[in-house]
Amino acid sequence: MTVVQILYIVAFALFVYGLMGLTGPRTAVRGNWIAAAGMGVAVIATLMIPGMGNWWLILLGIAIGTAVGVPSARQVKMTAMPQMVALFNGVGGGAVALIAWVEHRQSDGFAHGAAYVAIASLFAALVGSVSFWGSLIAYGKLQEILPGRPIGAGRLQQPVNLLLLAGAVACGVAIVAGVSAEILVIGLLVLAAALGVLVVLPIGGADMPVVISLLNALTGLSAAAMGLALDNTALIVAGMIVGASGTILTNLMAKAMNRSIPAIVAGGFGGTGGPAA
Amino acid sequence: MLLQNLAVLVLAGFVGFLVISKVPNTLHTPLMSGTNAIHGIVLLGGLIVLGLGAEGTLDKILLVIAIAFGTINVVGGFLVTDRMLGMFKGRSGSAKDAGKEETTR
Repeated sequence: MTVVQILYIVAFALFVYGLMGLTGPRTAVRGNWIAAAGMGVAVIATLMIPGMGNWWLILLGIAIGTAVGVPSARQVKMTAMPQMVALFNGVGGGAVALIAWVEHRQSDGFAHGAAYVAIASLFAALVGSVSFWGSLIAYGKLQEILPGRPIGAGRLQQPVNLLLLAGAVACGVAIVAGVSAEILVIGLLVLAAALGVLVVLPIGGADMPVVISLLNALTGLSAAAMGLALDNTALIVAGMIVGASGTILTNLMAKAMNRSIPAIVAGGFGGTGGPAA
Repeated sequence: MLLQNLAVLVLAGFVGFLVISKVPNTLHTPLMSGTNAIHGIVLLGGLIVLGLGAEGTLDKILLVIAIAFGTINVVGGFLVTDRMLGMFKGRSGSAKDAGKEETTR
């Protein structure tokens, strides 16, 4: 038991307690700050891992993130909240995808580690990239940069999506099988990006909150996969809690709107309730 | 190590399922935003990979971006959730403890 591990356990307790608070109207505000405290503990614990270096770069990253995140969260209009959440979700997914890419570069294409490290990293890269680009499209639609109505290729939509997914998975399989060329991981990220864009584009503005919630759950899953690859319990626990609770929440939100998740993801699908935005 | 981690993964999944059993409809969006902030934990992944010795300029740049992204996710996520919840309070206008939070507008 190291200090880091003990602090991680404290952080998990705060996350779960905070989330429980967030499910009740009276405790929600406090719950949110309890979860935030948990995050603070987790970050501090990670910085205490023996052998940490590159301090200036770490500080730089955190400083840039704070300088961008705080004003955008403070100044966003109340009506523009959902797209802001989409954007914050997207950058989370983008972070996962970037980390997985660097992991690939640092390990000569996962040449030396166990196979599960490669599989978990590549899964994280795929889902993270889908989430990043999907969230950007969701943001664009809600912000009315893109038209809110469903944009799709009609009958071709599903085969094209499947083809993109198959291509991305094929890149991943090749990497796990031992082909270390970097173009494969870049190909995986690009194909997953196209998939994210094409899945969200045909979805109407009214369904967007459910889609954002779904992407949120996906980012959680990718964080958990990244945790497996990096052997980091904090990522596994927090990522999986979000992945599971996000799935339930997506279902609840879809039900509240009398929609089913498959119907929403299948896109314009008859356009029922879609183009209300 | 993998087995332990998988066990943790499965148990964390059940915790996630159980925590969100009953949620009033009005809290769906804040809860989504709150869980969104929590998966900003990916920030730790960036810290670990960069802190424990990433080499090469491109790798370092990518990781700094990843850390910045993760930080935006965390900081922005919790702040936006707080503002959403503040809005509910302001609207209901009840005298619970409305003075504590700044109700922007």
